[in-house]
Amino acid sequence: MAHYDFNLPIGEADARRLAVNDTVTLNGTLYGIRDATQIHMFDHGRKTHFDMKGHAVVHTAPNVKKVEKSAEHPSGYASICIGTTTSARMERFTRPLMEEYGVRIIIGKGGLSQGSADAFRDVGGVYLAIVGGAAALETTWVEQIEDVDLDDLNPESLWKFRVKGFGPLLVSMDSHGGSLYTQVNNAARDKRAAALAYLGVKA
Amino acid sequence: MKIDLKQVEDACKELYIRALKLLPPDIKAGFARLDAAETDATGKAILGTMIRNIKVAEQNENLLCQDTGIPIYNVRIGSGVEVDGYALKQAIVKGCERATREHPLRSSVVHPLTRANQHTSSGRLVPVINIDFVPDAETLSIEMIPKGSGSENNSWLRMAVPADGVDAIKTFVIDCVLDAGGKTCPPTIVGVGVGGTADLCVHLSKVAATRPLGSSCEDPEGAKLEAQLTRAVNQLGVGPQGLGGDSTSFAVHVETAATHITMNPVAVNMQCHSARRARATFTRSGLEYGF
Repeated sequence: MAHYDFNLPIGEADARRLAVNDTVTLNGTLYGIRDATQIHMFDHGRKTHFDMKGHAVVHTAPNVKKVEKSAEHPSGYASICIGTTTSARMERFTRPLMEEYGVRIIIGKGGLSQGSADAFRDVGGVYLAIVGGAAALETTWVEQIEDVDLDDLNPESLWKFRVKGFGPLLVSMDSHGGSLYTQVNNAARDKRAAALAYLGVKA
Repeated sequence: MKIDLKQVEDACKELYIRALKLLPPDIKAGFARLDAAETDATGKAILGTMIRNIKVAEQNENLLCQDTGIPIYNVRIGSGVEVDGYALKQAIVKGCERATREHPLRSSVVHPLTRANQHTSSGRLVPVINIDFVPDAETLSIEMIPKGSGSENNSWLRMAVPADGVDAIKTFVIDCVLDAGGKTCPPTIVGVGVGGTADLCVHLSKVAATRPLGSSCEDPEGAKLEAQLTRAVNQLGVGPQGLGGDSTSFAVHVETAATHITMNPVAVNMQCHSARRARATFTRSGLEYGF
């Protein structure tokens, strides 16, 4: 269990160094991405001008306020509350994000499934667990909304954040086939029979 | 007692914002209870972050969670309350829309087919408005619940049959908790509806999931079942965020309704750890906010 501080972007070797139960804190650029963003990118063929090679994406659709563009708010948006959504809905986009855009890190809550675990193994990437529902805290790690693309999908635009001390986040799926979600889920299913017996359910 | 609808509109705006920022005291107490008992290191660290987040939200007057949810307003009208029902519904919708535009809040509500977002947190039949009549004299209360999608996407109905018995209900609840894993943002409140028609059963599961911690089902049979189920789901080890630990759920809540001789329906709806709700109560002495 090691801790890493990363300035993004990172390379394949950095991603492959990580193992489940390590922790990571991120600095620099972080992209915010969501259901509609990826449906439009991968199902409707839309492209982004952002270079996400070696970068991290967080599953989010933030609360923002439209403001005048300025040095402080170059995107024309000020953040109100930025938090993380359930990743499972976006499972099928992990591989194309990695193969077509070079994304190395996916940040979310609740975990991803086998298809993503395979992509992390094949391409070299990780899933970092953030504490879902802790958005007031997460917002304090975001310094600025630098830019935005595909903004007709607002709030599910593709957001470019500048973050500082974003974490610590828990490596919960790695490139070596490790997944804390699978481990916990299997262990919980092993306890199913005992829980039912406790409830007096006839086998 | 005559109700001032402008005051209702203002309160419904205020309620949405309050619910998103201030966690009710019973949920905070629930966190303290789970945190004191948690034995898993990861689970304990996650609970610590959640508790810290509640404080940061209060200090920064920020939203607890970015998910502004589907807005639900539960209205209870007491005896001797004079109000135009249709105008009351309009005032609620207006208050909800104003909260979204004026704070501003992320509108999480879209058309189900076109996915178009009006950026008002409203649309056809949304906000959800439930109206009930209660015996409380000269009292109108409005409870606001922003229901997050992480937990709402994990909702189930099973039309079991009488031959399946109570065992079917118990097994169903355990399997729903296993299926949900970390997707519902545990620790959760597991709401279980038992009996009624299919739609009433699902509605009861939502009532159960959003009931304050520490409250019990009014039906003693339901109360017995919820106490048993609470202990059983917390033996599974799903833990905070599905990453392992003792704290899978704050509680299982059960609500019951009479059902048909041929039916045995059970529904499960979950509330995430950001179990948000706010209440406004109108009486002769004025308007009071609470939980």
